[in-house]
Amino acid sequence: MTDTSPTAALSIVSDKSTNACWSCGSMRAAHFCQSCGTVQPATPVDYFQFFGLDRNLQLDLAALERDFYALSRKLHPDLHAGDADEQQQWSLEKSSQLNDAYRTLKDPIARTEYLLRLQGVDLDEQSTNATEAARASGTAKKQVVPPDMLEEVFELNMQIEELRMNQKMGASDPDLICQLEEHKASFRQRLASVDKELQAGWLQWDGLLTHSQSGTASDEERKKVIDRLVDILNRRSYIRNLVRDVNDALEAVGA
Amino acid sequence: MSERIVGIDLGTTNSLIAFMEGGTPVVIPGEDGVNLVPSVVALDAANQTIVGNAARKFLIETSDRAIYSVKRLMGRGVEDVHDELKFFPFRLASDLDPGEVIRIHLGEKTFTPPEISAYILRQLKRNAERYFAAPVTKAVITVPAYFNDAQRQATKDAGRIAGLEVLRLVNEPTAAALAYGLDKKKNGIVAVYDFGGGTFDISILKLHDGIFEVIATNGDTHLGGDDIDNLLITIALDEIANEHRLDVRRNGEVVQAVRKAVIDAKILLSSEPSTKLEIELPSGQRYQREITREQFETLIEPVLQRTMAPCKQALKDAGLEADQIEEVVLVGGSTRIPRVRQLVEKLFHRVPHTELNPDEVVALGAAVQASILGGSSEATNNMLLLDITPLSLGIEALGGVVAKIIHRNSTIPASATEHFTTGIDGQTNVAIHVLQGERELAKDCRSLARFDLRGIPPMPAGLPRIEVRLLIDANGILQVSAREQRSGKEAQISVQPSYGLTDDQVETMILESFDYAEQDLEQRQVIEARNEADTILVALAKGRKSPAWSALTESEKREIAEQEQALLEVKDGTDYKKIRSAIDTLNQGTTRLAELMMDTAVTSALKGQSMETVNVGQGPTAPHPIGKAEFE
Repeated sequence: MTDTSPTAALSIVSDKSTNACWSCGSMRAAHFCQSCGTVQPATPVDYFQFFGLDRNLQLDLAALERDFYALSRKLHPDLHAGDADEQQQWSLEKSSQLNDAYRTLKDPIARTEYLLRLQGVDLDEQSTNATEAARASGTAKKQVVPPDMLEEVFELNMQIEELRMNQKMGASDPDLICQLEEHKASFRQRLASVDKELQAGWLQWDGLLTHSQSGTASDEERKKVIDRLVDILNRRSYIRNLVRDVNDALEAVGA
Repeated sequence: MSERIVGIDLGTTNSLIAFMEGGTPVVIPGEDGVNLVPSVVALDAANQTIVGNAARKFLIETSDRAIYSVKRLMGRGVEDVHDELKFFPFRLASDLDPGEVIRIHLGEKTFTPPEISAYILRQLKRNAERYFAAPVTKAVITVPAYFNDAQRQATKDAGRIAGLEVLRLVNEPTAAALAYGLDKKKNGIVAVYDFGGGTFDISILKLHDGIFEVIATNGDTHLGGDDIDNLLITIALDEIANEHRLDVRRNGEVVQAVRKAVIDAKILLSSEPSTKLEIELPSGQRYQREITREQFETLIEPVLQRTMAPCKQALKDAGLEADQIEEVVLVGGSTRIPRVRQLVEKLFHRVPHTELNPDEVVALGAAVQASILGGSSEATNNMLLLDITPLSLGIEALGGVVAKIIHRNSTIPASATEHFTTGIDGQTNVAIHVLQGERELAKDCRSLARFDLRGIPPMPAGLPRIEVRLLIDANGILQVSAREQRSGKEAQISVQPSYGLTDDQVETMILESFDYAEQDLEQRQVIEARNEADTILVALAKGRKSPAWSALTESEKREIAEQEQALLEVKDGTDYKKIRSAIDTLNQGTTRLAELMMDTAVTSALKGQSMETVNVGQGPTAPHPIGKAEFE
């Protein structure tokens, strides 16, 4: 380490502070110098690390918002408009990381999805892969409709179709609309109960995380929780789509 | 930090320049002492450019030597402005190529919209330089929140042409909020309803100890006072044609005289119960007509109602009910119309703020933002603006479907990383098409740019892993970078911004996206089903060549051939259910083949043979981003 050119020196300093801070849990100094406020170059960190957080799924949203505002006040490009080009670029990179991280973490679903991705679950390719895998193995594609909902979904699709036909013919059927409203209420209820499950899943995951720090959680347990979270998200997305379909159908007839 | 940064409102009808004097933003008047500079550019007989009030008389005397409302043409292609030009007396250059930036005749010369805007900016700059007796080179310029990438880029270009370094583009409604928020150290949810000469925006902000966080925005870049004027002009011209047997619709000067008369009437009707239109006709006759406020309101109601859907969408996107909006701010000249105020009051159940001059508030806010960027003023040192992108950014995926990667209302700067690969062995180029808009299909979104990633090291298909990073900066403008990860090579990118390759107007895209959501979904399902059909057909073709095929009985082979034929017959149709059902049938019919192939694959792998030759198929091999799981 005899190179003393300014850039090299800078990068060494930032590396040090980055490491030091991750270990103590505070990310502040990794983002900007705590004595002169200069923005540090962006380093590839995950969204949890960016905020100096453990990979917990239960999050203190108020604290996250406070951190987001506080970091924005240091990193946003508007506050570096007079800096050298390179520093402006760093501020742009850092502040986009900050915004991306905050957007993802504050949303419960995006957060869970993101965590699963970090755990190596490929949600992106899940549905594509399911099709491909089914084809390759010659088995039928894994059914995503939760079995206990098959009947209701079938009925719903019929009714939505009927509603559309009615609309085309200019007819209206208050009973039908009433039934759809009932479905909507029932799906909403399911959504609420899935959300409860999700929260329970978070609790499990976070518990596991505490255990794994003391070295007692097995890979098997971890896998089980991950699978459970994936299953909850899939079901949730399915129900969300149903709610959307019913809403769209009802809105289309102005109900 | 010595040089002043000015704030500029480059408006459709009027433009203003302001700066922060001590702790207060003030508008800098022109030589004539007037704050508003009409956004009109004219060429006099000596081919000198004239801007502002002095240019207005040219509209009436020699209408082919003056241009107004040029903002409506910024960043748009020939295809985009077709409808627009029905109402405006502009002549486009006749030698425009598709996709070229448009040029408009002004006298004998032609200019692009950024050049014309630059004349206005130059005039404002001169006004400020005279006021300060010092050069001005740095500015913040406001744009409608709903401006897309091309429109923003065009505005930035205009600044550059005028000799201004544009430090930041700020959204107009946000700027207005800054002006209002300056002395009100308040926290809470605020809505800004910005109805100007040519554009409409609605923004919802959360104020928090000096941070102005925009949470949702919506709008229509082609909805404003101009549309109200055009309604009145059409009526007047029709009546002149009927009553006086005089068709003056093609007479630019008379049309401008009518335009001036209806604008005067419109303004009067905000304070008077009725007014009179009076226009002198070339025949020496006089067109006279009484208009009551009631008639006026009935006439313009459809235009005003068009502002309601964006408001509701913004509320929905923000996850708020109208009652949760604590303050409403009115911006833009069109909000002087009493009926507009009524509608806003009714929607938000709040009496809107009108303390600041709606014509000036955006420029004042731009000055506040300039002061934040300058970083030297006490008054603004605690203030920070966190704005959002109004439109979703996506990449064209297989089959013309748009994979959205940065959603609308994301705080900017925002970024997204996508991975691409090649479809052909040894392929060294990958083309990527970036779009902006809410519709599901690429053809219905605004094409922003086509990127060509070059210099990918030759590798077998599917092996390169090209990482493309898209970043929307604090101006709402896109930046792109790319890297091939296996070799670590930085891929070269050539950016071709596309003006008007798809001619849908951005705002109609949004509105249509609701009207056409159903149609979109269906088209999408058809495309997806076809893609899936292709995958299975390719896999089947490979299967036929595999040793496993010979293990099937003749009747199995025949059955598969029939099922394949059935799929081929429905594949190009538009009924995705039929395609799906044919796929399922073929899928089931080929189960045993697939099993046999898996067996042979394992055996041949053991023999040291490449898996490649017996691969069951990777599906279509065109480059495509890895699709996102939708959890919306």
